[in-house]
Amino acid sequence: MAKMLMKGNEAIGEGAIRAGCRYFFGYPITPQSELPHYLAKKMPEVGGLYLQAESETASINMVFGAAGAGARVMTSSSGPGISLMQEGISYLAGAELPCVIVNIIRGGPGLGNIAPAQSDYFQAVKGGGHGDYRLIVLAPASVQEIIDLMGDAFDLADKYRNPVMLMGDGVLGQMMEPVELAGEKEITIPKKPWASTGRMGRKDKRLISSLQIVPENCEKHNIKLFEKYAVAGQNEQRWEEYCLEDAELVLVAFGTAARICKAVVDTCRAEGRAVGLLRPVTLWPFPVKAFEKTIATAKRYLSVEMSMGQMVEDVRLAVNGRRPVSFYGRVGGMLPVARDIYNEVQKLLARGKA
Amino acid sequence: MFEGILIAGFGGQGVLSTGQLLAYAGMLENRHVAWIPSYGPEMRGGTANCGISISDKLISSPVVSEPTVLIAMNRPSLEKFEKTVEPGGIIFVNSSLIEIKATRKDVSVFYIPANNIAEELGNAKVANNIILGALLELTGVVTPDTVEESLRKVLPPHYHKLIPINRKALETGAELVKNGNSSSMAG
Amino acid sequence: MEKVFTRPNSLKDMPMHYCPGCTHGIVHRLVAEVIDEMDMFDRAIAVASVGCSVFAYEYFYCDAYQASHGRAPAVATGIKRVLPDRLVFTYQGDGDLASIGTGEVVHAAARGEKFTAIYINNAIYGMTGGQMAPTSLMGQVTITTPYGRDRENNGFPVRMSEMLALLDGSAYVTRVSVHSPASVGKAKKAIRKAFEVQMAGLGFSIVEVLSSCPTNWGLPPLKALKWLEENMIPYYPLGELKIAAEVV
Repeated sequence: MAKMLMKGNEAIGEGAIRAGCRYFFGYPITPQSELPHYLAKKMPEVGGLYLQAESETASINMVFGAAGAGARVMTSSSGPGISLMQEGISYLAGAELPCVIVNIIRGGPGLGNIAPAQSDYFQAVKGGGHGDYRLIVLAPASVQEIIDLMGDAFDLADKYRNPVMLMGDGVLGQMMEPVELAGEKEITIPKKPWASTGRMGRKDKRLISSLQIVPENCEKHNIKLFEKYAVAGQNEQRWEEYCLEDAELVLVAFGTAARICKAVVDTCRAEGRAVGLLRPVTLWPFPVKAFEKTIATAKRYLSVEMSMGQMVEDVRLAVNGRRPVSFYGRVGGMLPVARDIYNEVQKLLARGKA
Repeated sequence: MFEGILIAGFGGQGVLSTGQLLAYAGMLENRHVAWIPSYGPEMRGGTANCGISISDKLISSPVVSEPTVLIAMNRPSLEKFEKTVEPGGIIFVNSSLIEIKATRKDVSVFYIPANNIAEELGNAKVANNIILGALLELTGVVTPDTVEESLRKVLPPHYHKLIPINRKALETGAELVKNGNSSSMAG
Repeated sequence: MEKVFTRPNSLKDMPMHYCPGCTHGIVHRLVAEVIDEMDMFDRAIAVASVGCSVFAYEYFYCDAYQASHGRAPAVATGIKRVLPDRLVFTYQGDGDLASIGTGEVVHAAARGEKFTAIYINNAIYGMTGGQMAPTSLMGQVTITTPYGRDRENNGFPVRMSEMLALLDGSAYVTRVSVHSPASVGKAKKAIRKAFEVQMAGLGFSIVEVLSSCPTNWGLPPLKALKWLEENMIPYYPLGELKIAAEVV
């Protein structure tokens, strides 16, 4: 297994190809453009399709068509483009179509900037489109994890017949890190007995639709979706624990913010302070089980984000009033600095003693 | 050990690929490494820079905001990043293109006329590797042998004929700073 | 006794929800007849849009999709790129294709996507209750142009087919009508030609069908057909607007 140096955005593309994805529809936007660049070159080599759409609105609807036809398919964008896709994402969830959507988040709101951010958290985990639905949201923190999670993303999408979002930020997309690529393995894409592919002699007619005009049926459909989400919510929580066994102050952070928090934990541990990091890998389902594991030793939680405080709301829900929850964040494309987080930790530890 | 190296210059000076070469060498020496470029409109504006982290430990943020080493290949880069270098760090100034002096007193500054030396060696494109050679000599972050091995891996075979001149550039850069060559040192 | 008229196999045996005198039913039937005659039922995939024809997928008996408003050409692109040997068609009204979905249909045509758009132009919004359409005529009274469509406020009706005919990716662009038995016959021929162009892989094809909306025009069905003939055809002339050289 050879190690190689790879850019995060390219790793997403390589991970997708290795997962058997052969269709990509997208529209260029910084800071994710290396991903379409990579796939534009690679897809034809593996008999796949890279298609540059006229807009993100078109991209996500092309994904709708290709997913309905049974293909492993993906798109990618950054904040503004993902906003444009929200209608389509709602339709995909409503029609129960599996696909993977990548958001390499940049500073917002509006045109914002192209620097790294995590401020699309609400949009991803609370449902940025209309109606009651959920996306499974994965948040890698390294280039290696990007590759690994891309395979899982397609599997989860097929397993739950639901869109899956992989959420990174400009740093993860742009950085290069060593990765180890496992040998090409046989990909088994599950059968899709619901795909609408033309009858081809089949007796039943297949329809891909999110339209439920009769309220009774629409309610039933919603309940069915939420039974599915309940199963996913129970079975798919993922997180990383770092120095949590005896942690009195638990930092909660994902993606790039979590990398920085790890350094803070190291500094604190070197000083003998019981600080640890809980890194959600799935943002939805939110890893509430991890909070149950830490609540016995934890005296306080600190959510560290590249936003004005979004995930902290889920941290509060998970902690449910049992412990104080604080927030520290940088926004607009600014990264949290380890020293500043450390100072925040010092303040909170002092408060705990008082 | 940890080195956060910032390489900055004009677009086209090869600062991004020099950074990748260094990161690749770090990887071959089984260090934790990360490389990250500046990206966006500034790419088009003529300046380019990248940060390389090489460490025994996991790399937290790959963004090198307080470099231990700055390689300034042009004047705007020196002016922009000089103040960010960690106290006790190193600044390499490409004095072929930068006529001003660094003002920091709490860092080591080396003035290397990299473009002139590269032309003397017979290939203007190896200027970055002259400074890289000096960096390796002073920090020991990776060995010149590993850099050569990296070149062999990252360069397509038809460019392998350029490896000897690059090796020569590394050695020339190292010689310049060996034994604290005073002519290169900051005042 | 010989049976000379029956429901096409590609059309499901069920009552349609369309208003009395609406021409959607005729166009559905024409599409279904062509699918049958080309023996393409097993390969046909319908993409319904948003508007009165939102339930078109119920009536076409083949596999189907229901797309979001205006995006049927993007959905059809996704389907056809995965399943290139299928007969894929969108069924879109003027609000869907000529207003909210102009971007999608223009670029599908520009790329030469190998599907067919069946474009129903009745110069008004039906499902939402009689508002102005991008194709409403100058002076036409609708619920949102109670004083008639005027150029200062509303600008001009959009001739989509003329626009699409300009694009190199369009292989076949035609405008037909269903206001008379003769025009219905021509419309069917056009649909067949468009499907043949698609299956020959020649590029994008579209059949614009001038249609009536008695309910929202506030006219009885026969008068509506007459209104179509006298008012719409002069602005939207019938005939083939683009036939790629490869089309025989």
